[in-house]
Amino acid sequence: MKGAGLRVAKPAPAARFAPGDRVRVAARPALGHCRTPWYLRGKMGVVAAVHGRFRDPELLAYHKPGLPARVLYKVRFKQGDLWVRYLGAAGDQLEADIYEHWLEPAK
Amino acid sequence: MREPERKTTPRKGGGGRAVHDIGGLTLGSIDRSEHDLALWEKRTDAMLVLLRDNKRRVLSVDAHRRMIESYGEQEYDRITYYEKWIRAIRNLLVEQNVLTRDEIQARLAEVRGKHEKAGRKAVKAGVPW
Repeated sequence: MKGAGLRVAKPAPAARFAPGDRVRVAARPALGHCRTPWYLRGKMGVVAAVHGRFRDPELLAYHKPGLPARVLYKVRFKQGDLWVRYLGAAGDQLEADIYEHWLEPAK
Repeated sequence: MREPERKTTPRKGGGGRAVHDIGGLTLGSIDRSEHDLALWEKRTDAMLVLLRDNKRRVLSVDAHRRMIESYGEQEYDRITYYEKWIRAIRNLLVEQNVLTRDEIQARLAEVRGKHEKAGRKAVKAGVPW
């Protein structure tokens, strides 16, 4: 992510999830601009990496400062969990960048 | 403007799936042929870069995306990549009070008149807002 001031240095509050945590993408519809793809809503995945804290694109889209900043994660999904008739190899995975407010802990 | 090259399945029934959010839908083949960019397309790209820089901050890529995503399915599928860009830039310039609709329309009429006077074909229909 290039661009001035998108990454927010302040560490607190701490990231809610850590690499290895199982998470579920929220199944809610978006209001306005949103970077969580539809095909991932409600799907289970595993946190692969914590990218850092960034200004919230859902607020930047309306000319707001984008605060509070959101923690952005790399989340790994099994392709077989995403598609009804996935024909690829059983171990195929997909990684997507998802903001924290779109993730729930998977129990 | 190019005619639509793909047949879309209606993006209905999803209860909130946005027009651009088409991952996983069956929408036909993708035209993967490379083509040179027209001068106006390069200028459109440059304009976006300048309008979002630290000096101007007229728009963000997120606001630009939001505007493009608001077009509605028919328009979204009908117009090309940079047509989406320039239309969103224009609408954001109005939204951010940099230019008014009247100023843009007046300037367009002026340019159109100049081209017609010189015997060049000018596009008659304007781009919807």
